[in-house]
Amino acid sequence: MLPPFQLEQAINQLVREEWGRILAALVKRVGNLQLAEDALQDAVLAALQHWQKDGLPDEPAAWLIQTARRKAIDQLRRAQRFSRLQPVLSYSLDVQQETIIEQLEADESTSIPDKRLEMIFTCCHPALEYKTRVALTLRTLGGLSTDEIARAFLDKPATMAQRLARARHKINAAGISYELPSEERIPERLGGVLSVVYFIFNEGYSPHSGQVLTRTALSDEAIRLGRILCALLPDNAEVSGLLALMLLHDSRRDARSDDKGNLVPLEDQQRSRWDQTKIEEGTRLLKVALQRQQLGPYQLQAAISALHAEANTWQKTDWPQIVALYELLYAMQPSPVVRINQIMAISYASSPLQALEHIHELSKESALQRYQPFLLAESDIRFRAGDRPGAIDKLQAAIRLTQNEKELQYLDKRLKQMQRVQ
Amino acid sequence: MQYMLLIYSAEGREPQPGTEAFGKYIQEYQEFSRMCVDKGVMRAGDALQPVSTATTVTRETGKIEITDGPFAETKEQLGGYYLLECKDLDEALDYAGQIPTARHGRVEVRPLMVFDQ
Repeated sequence: MLPPFQLEQAINQLVREEWGRILAALVKRVGNLQLAEDALQDAVLAALQHWQKDGLPDEPAAWLIQTARRKAIDQLRRAQRFSRLQPVLSYSLDVQQETIIEQLEADESTSIPDKRLEMIFTCCHPALEYKTRVALTLRTLGGLSTDEIARAFLDKPATMAQRLARARHKINAAGISYELPSEERIPERLGGVLSVVYFIFNEGYSPHSGQVLTRTALSDEAIRLGRILCALLPDNAEVSGLLALMLLHDSRRDARSDDKGNLVPLEDQQRSRWDQTKIEEGTRLLKVALQRQQLGPYQLQAAISALHAEANTWQKTDWPQIVALYELLYAMQPSPVVRINQIMAISYASSPLQALEHIHELSKESALQRYQPFLLAESDIRFRAGDRPGAIDKLQAAIRLTQNEKELQYLDKRLKQMQRVQ
Repeated sequence: MQYMLLIYSAEGREPQPGTEAFGKYIQEYQEFSRMCVDKGVMRAGDALQPVSTATTVTRETGKIEITDGPFAETKEQLGGYYLLECKDLDEALDYAGQIPTARHGRVEVRPLMVFDQ
């Protein structure tokens, strides 16, 4: 038998792996997320006790869901006894509770149906605040603890716990369905789901503020969710496109910071540190997706990332192709970020002076004067075009708007470099 | 499940009586109501008169206080409601989106409280 600490680790790992599937199946049966969550939590606590004594069972997932079912039955019977005293149950259920209890008791089979697709649509319902959708997805599908999620958002654990509890209550009270959205609603709602997954990935990839450059657990979780979605929706090109995009970005994880933990921009990264396995998988996924002829923003961004991934050096990158891809992307998502990235690509495909013309055009939008990525881009292009004073001025403005500690350190260094050469 | 659809808009933004647009506006509401009836979801629905006709009552201070006007002076005010019986929130939201005032105002969708017998 494993020593206690390793056993606890093994149990935690297992629980994390199975949590989403078991919880989703339970929710489908009892029709109430809070009830299912509580029942599964109790089952996990029981598992920690029993398995540490008796070792892991032959089929841990089956053990968990059977125990959770029994816990749910207990809770329902308890709620029945109190129903005459309270006007509104915390586990108020539409369907007769007795029927649900019967079904739970009948669920002796150890096969666990995969209801995660329904669950992720529920968690990402537009009636929930965006931050809540992200947190609820991480908890329900990812099995992350409330503490872990709180840390990701720099929240107090109690605050996050409250947010999640309120969300579960709202889902039940407001009648947010546990079914898949109807056919007409799916495209829009799927967009929402992908957006949440990509948000989780980006929060892991480059957190908005705080000391640590990447929170790899979150980006790993996002990729995991992306894989689940791909398995459940194998014919959807954008779903594959998102996974490809995340894998390609993630392939550069080890190169994004140097040995001292400082930020290293794409231009200066040691390409030998790029994860070729992730690049291969991402590129393969992208090729398959593109063949489906359902072009979308995630596929386009993945294609751009793939062009970086297959270039041996920064200079050898296929910049004209990247410029063209950004043009297509802009047509779908006309955001300043896309324009800025395109202008950067133009500065390499053509020249910094050419790019400066576009910068000039874009800077007529006053909001961009306070947009850090825009100021950074302008600074870089001005520097390479020979306008050092202008470059320094814009870099200083960008620094004033930067929050991430590591990024700040990098930009300060760059500023000193620029000032020195003068 | 039963849902209240509470219709809010800034008074004066909707088509005004006497204009051509007003006739069309009323017709759209009639069509919406008829659709709800045909689909079997309609339980109630009414337009309210403007807030200039509102009176607010409270006993917060211990005795009855009567104020001329709505409960709060907000730009958007309650102008009408529907009470619909829907399968789930998505269905209620679909109806809410089709309410004519949603084009220039907002519709709050809230479930009714359910008390066990």
